[in-house]
Amino acid sequence: MRLPRILRTSTFRLALLYLALFSVSAFGLLGFIYWNTASFIAKQTDETIEAEITGLAEQYRLTGLAGLTTVVIERSRNQRESLYLLATSDKRPLAGNLDSWPEEPTQGDGWIDFAYQRPMSGQSVVHHARARHLVLPNGFQLLVGRDVEEKLQIGRLIRDAVAWAVALTLGLGLAGGVLMSRNLLRRVEAVNAVARGIMAGDLSHRVALRGSGDELDQLAANVNAMLDQIERLLAGMRQVTDNIAHDLRGPLHRLRTRLEVTLAQPPDADAYRAALEDTVAEAEALLNTFNALLSIAELDAGAALATLEPLDFGRLVGDVAELYAPVAEEQGLTFTVAAPDGLQVRGERHLLSQALSNLVDNAIKYTPRGGAVTVSVRRAGDGCEAVVADSGPGIPEADRERVQDRFVRLEASRNRPGSGLGLSLVRAVARVHGGRLRLEDNAPGLRAVLALPAA
Amino acid sequence: MRVLIVEDDEDVVRYMVKGLKESGMIADHAVDGEAGWRMATTGSYDVIVVDRMLPRLDGVALVERLRAGGIVTPVLFLSALGKVDDRVTGLRAGGDDYLVKPFAFSELLARIEALARRRAPVEAQTRLKVGDLEMDLLSREVTRAGRRIELQPREFAMLEYLMRHAGQVVTRTMLLENVWEYHFDPQTNVIDVHISRLRGKIDRDFRVPLLHTVRGAGYCLRAPA
Repeated sequence: MRLPRILRTSTFRLALLYLALFSVSAFGLLGFIYWNTASFIAKQTDETIEAEITGLAEQYRLTGLAGLTTVVIERSRNQRESLYLLATSDKRPLAGNLDSWPEEPTQGDGWIDFAYQRPMSGQSVVHHARARHLVLPNGFQLLVGRDVEEKLQIGRLIRDAVAWAVALTLGLGLAGGVLMSRNLLRRVEAVNAVARGIMAGDLSHRVALRGSGDELDQLAANVNAMLDQIERLLAGMRQVTDNIAHDLRGPLHRLRTRLEVTLAQPPDADAYRAALEDTVAEAEALLNTFNALLSIAELDAGAALATLEPLDFGRLVGDVAELYAPVAEEQGLTFTVAAPDGLQVRGERHLLSQALSNLVDNAIKYTPRGGAVTVSVRRAGDGCEAVVADSGPGIPEADRERVQDRFVRLEASRNRPGSGLGLSLVRAVARVHGGRLRLEDNAPGLRAVLALPAA
Repeated sequence: MRVLIVEDDEDVVRYMVKGLKESGMIADHAVDGEAGWRMATTGSYDVIVVDRMLPRLDGVALVERLRAGGIVTPVLFLSALGKVDDRVTGLRAGGDDYLVKPFAFSELLARIEALARRRAPVEAQTRLKVGDLEMDLLSREVTRAGRRIELQPREFAMLEYLMRHAGQVVTRTMLLENVWEYHFDPQTNVIDVHISRLRGKIDRDFRVPLLHTVRGAGYCLRAPA
């Protein structure tokens, strides 16, 4: 049989364990107090009796039986708690406030615990007592004792109190445990419900926060943050998948058509070779697009860069510019580089080089012969900026955000080679470095600014 | 030239072995790390091509074991993992070069040849010579047929790489990786422009060209036969 759900919760088990420990220690403590008190009282009683019987034995020694009898009678009259009985050697009562010699036997140490009838407001009640038994030299027997009924009652009271206290502790603890567990169970159940909803396919579920800031609230907040991140990543993945579906189908279709058409023609080695070469080139372009998409997706996934290192940004930009300088000159462009050494950033060299190479590549590609491209590095606030400015057609303000998305190519550039991923990659690289890509009006032309935070 | 290919994708292996044989090489292959280890230790190879992800014994572990066993045969890693970290891991394990999948066959071929040649003992050379083209690595002087040629630092580095691999195909990616240390392909073929400038300096004024374009593969600097 399965336990009720609440009994299986860890909170309840914890409460139970705590309760058990607490009860044992409380019981132990109270028991110790009880035992100590009880033995103290018993000891006091015994000492009083001992003192008294010593006194009476002395009396007997001084004044004989008559004197002792007088004292016993006198004390019997005045005392309520003390019990006296002077008896003959065969235990017939002579004097005292006990009616008869107790039936209980005397223990080896001379003590005797017994019950006797005590007259109380007209009735006789059984009381317990404890007494010392002394045999006098002439054979007479003396019994001096105390009524311990009241003390027994105190003892019983303490015992009862301990029992009640423990019972109450157990009861309250149990109830508290149940309440606590129920409360906790409800809150954990809220997280579970969200998890189930997400497993069922709806990623928009979130755990409601109480605003108390306690550990469960923090857990819920973290779960929510994690879900946000997962949702972002999934959205990114979905976008990549959509991109692949929409934008790679075209080239693949062209590729197949080309091969089919070639096959349909009469066999001709030269035609085959030409078709194969075109196909290889197209496959190459497709693979490059794939690689670029994967790189962007990887960067957008937000995995922290493990290889950030201090870099001389000026030199890095200068190197990329140097790689492209001959290309720009070949295109009849005025290519100016102003990238002094000494501006430090933290970054990943290959990624930053690739991003800058994309920007310079774009600038050269879109600037008509006779135009100018300027590559420069400058300090901006705490950080650094690399600026690639051209005198080309520029990008209308309305499109400047949009062109940074994957596969977005403006009409003006449709007929030029390119995958529409260059700026997306630059943006992704800027983001993983904590920077950003700004596209501005160079009047005329485009000014692309890759801004990075301070090293 | 004997090449061992350790790669678990049988389709890829078949096409690689066929291509290498057509290029005049002898190619063996193993489909998992343990088999690769056995063949590498018993056979004699000029180059070993190792995929990073292999069944039974992964590529990095295989190469580490080979190096620990004193086998110094040049290793070319193949991997679908192209991040800089992955490349560093591979080279640190004892690999000599790293090629990211998917790659062009011409790229693979060029790299295998470059690695096989490198095996020849390279004494501390101070002069490189290809035909009548000469390079002094100490004074950084380049002459052809005795005539001094002025080169920019990057042109010098490019020519040095081509001369060290004289007679072999050098791909654009190899030049980018070794001269510029860039592990990405620029969208425009910038290397072609750099090559044509270099060609202008070393070949234009001479009757016999040394720097040749290998169609669909790259470039080759070679002395006239």
